Amino acid sequence: MASYLVGRAFQTVLSMLVVVSIVFVLTRLSGNPIYLLLDVNATQRDQEILTRHLGLDKPLPVQYGIYVMNVAVGDFGNSIISRRPVTEHIWERLPATVELGFVAMFLSVLIGVPLGMYSAVRRGGVLDTAARVFAVLGQSMPTFWLGLMLILFFGVVLGVLPAGGRGGLLHLVLPAFTLGYFTSAAILRLTRSAMLEVLGSDYIKFARLKGLHEQVVLWKHGLRNALLPVVTFAVLLFVQFLGGAVVTETVFAWPGLGRLILESITTRDYPVVQAGVLVLSALYLTGNLCVDLLYSYLNPRIRHVSS
Amino acid sequence: MSPRRRRLPWFAGLVLAALVVAAVFAPYLAPHSPTEGDLIKKSIPPIWMEGGNPEHPLGTDRFGRDVLSRIIWGSRISLVVSLVAIGVAGTLGTLLGLVSGYRGGRTDAVLMRLTDIGLSLPTILIAVVMVAVSEPSFRNVVLVIALLLWPRFARQVRGETLAIKEHDFVALAVVAGRSSAWIIRRHIFPNVVPTLLVISTLQVGYVILLEGTLSFLGVGVPPPNPAWGLMIADGRGFLATAWWMSLFPGLAMLLTVLAVNLMGDWLRDHLDPRLRQVGPQVELLGPAVTQPESTPARGIAAASGEP
Repeated sequence: MASYLVGRAFQTVLSMLVVVSIVFVLTRLSGNPIYLLLDVNATQRDQEILTRHLGLDKPLPVQYGIYVMNVAVGDFGNSIISRRPVTEHIWERLPATVELGFVAMFLSVLIGVPLGMYSAVRRGGVLDTAARVFAVLGQSMPTFWLGLMLILFFGVVLGVLPAGGRGGLLHLVLPAFTLGYFTSAAILRLTRSAMLEVLGSDYIKFARLKGLHEQVVLWKHGLRNALLPVVTFAVLLFVQFLGGAVVTETVFAWPGLGRLILESITTRDYPVVQAGVLVLSALYLTGNLCVDLLYSYLNPRIRHVSS
Repeated sequence: MSPRRRRLPWFAGLVLAALVVAAVFAPYLAPHSPTEGDLIKKSIPPIWMEGGNPEHPLGTDRFGRDVLSRIIWGSRISLVVSLVAIGVAGTLGTLLGLVSGYRGGRTDAVLMRLTDIGLSLPTILIAVVMVAVSEPSFRNVVLVIALLLWPRFARQVRGETLAIKEHDFVALAVVAGRSSAWIIRRHIFPNVVPTLLVISTLQVGYVILLEGTLSFLGVGVPPPNPAWGLMIADGRGFLATAWWMSLFPGLAMLLTVLAVNLMGDWLRDHLDPRLRQVGPQVELLGPAVTQPESTPARGIAAASGEP
């Protein structure tokens, strides 16, 4: 277990380093940043001063080293547009992203668990089939299109839900559902299989033999035992939502980190783009690490496969 | 695991056939130019609505371009992007997978570490920043997608190679003094082909969604190309007045991806019984995860919130 843990953590650090390197290489490819910072009539001397100030006169490996060190301590420099530290921009937008991810997670559990339980109990029934269709569609539907169609139906045609922006609870419904759609399907399947496994166990048979009411058997003995892995898993999914927020935030004009990245791409504010991508990637990789570790804890077979 | 129907999914086959015909014969099938519109005829609704024009069955967009014609031409983009990206990624991944699996030892360790890292990257984020910094263009989209796709092939092919390597015919070839390259070419590779076919098909849907997402976000195929993602983005601001601009291209994308996924599942059941043990659950957790040894979390991460 310990060696798996260490190996997996090491791999996460490596992955992060790869992301940082990709971002570094890309920014160097995209041309000399001083032309973005200075206006057209800057003199030769201005350019030299800025080059030295930014450390661009140093050899590339040294620049890379400095860059990695800065990123490691959370120093992303200043925004080209606002001239404010990039970290300030990130902190402004992070709460909205977290809020959306949190509600999306909650919603997917709310949809996935009851549906999954019902599918397991009435296996092969109408709802089980419907749940299957729901899941298959989830794989094939472009998220951004789903979001737009939800806006069209609930926002424009019915006019019952706001089409975008951040506000009260109502503003959260559509983006959270869009972001959580795929996960609800995953949780549904997870609940279904966990529940099927539990229902086939001896203690459920015994509970039934004892003459307990079927509802008591299902809810008290069944669901409680099936739910643990599902819920733990769902909580960790939350972190991964943060990684996929770019699309949903764009569709719903949600002022989060993902949208900040896209806005900054339009304004060519590369320091903000870099920092946003790095922060989201870090969250995403950490989330993955947690889920993997949790899985290996719950399912010892994974440990053996990996070692 | 529910028993699957072994019948050819005729619906999926039909949709795919239509798609290929549309893509190949776009110039003959499309009634109008995909890029040139008549501003006088802008935002005409579909034919069955009031004000519809029989010349434009699915209506026109805000530049007066025929939606149907654009969808037909758009199928070409989706198809070409997925074919080229999967071709490049498949070739690279297969080569690395074959070498990694056959050589074993340190080569294998290094290559698989790389593959793991590649699989763990937050796809959309990396793609967004890569294309954004390097100017959106057809070529860049294909390259970025290919770059993010090869590890999936490498991982799977390596697993297959490991299994095939154990067969007697390989040992005999070694005894007969054949070179490693010859053995890989004559004995290993032909046995990997069915699996390759299955993974490739299963990736098509993913690539179409990824390209669509990138185009939608404005970092994919540049306008005025009739990419489906671009069309959906175009109609975003006109949901209330001209919903058909976004609805139909999204429907085309949904149908295509659904058909490809169904076809991929069917192919997997038919050609590659070994992959079947992956089962519906893991497949749900991530359309791309076909490797039996992967931890499920990565699949979820790759898919949640993303296309």
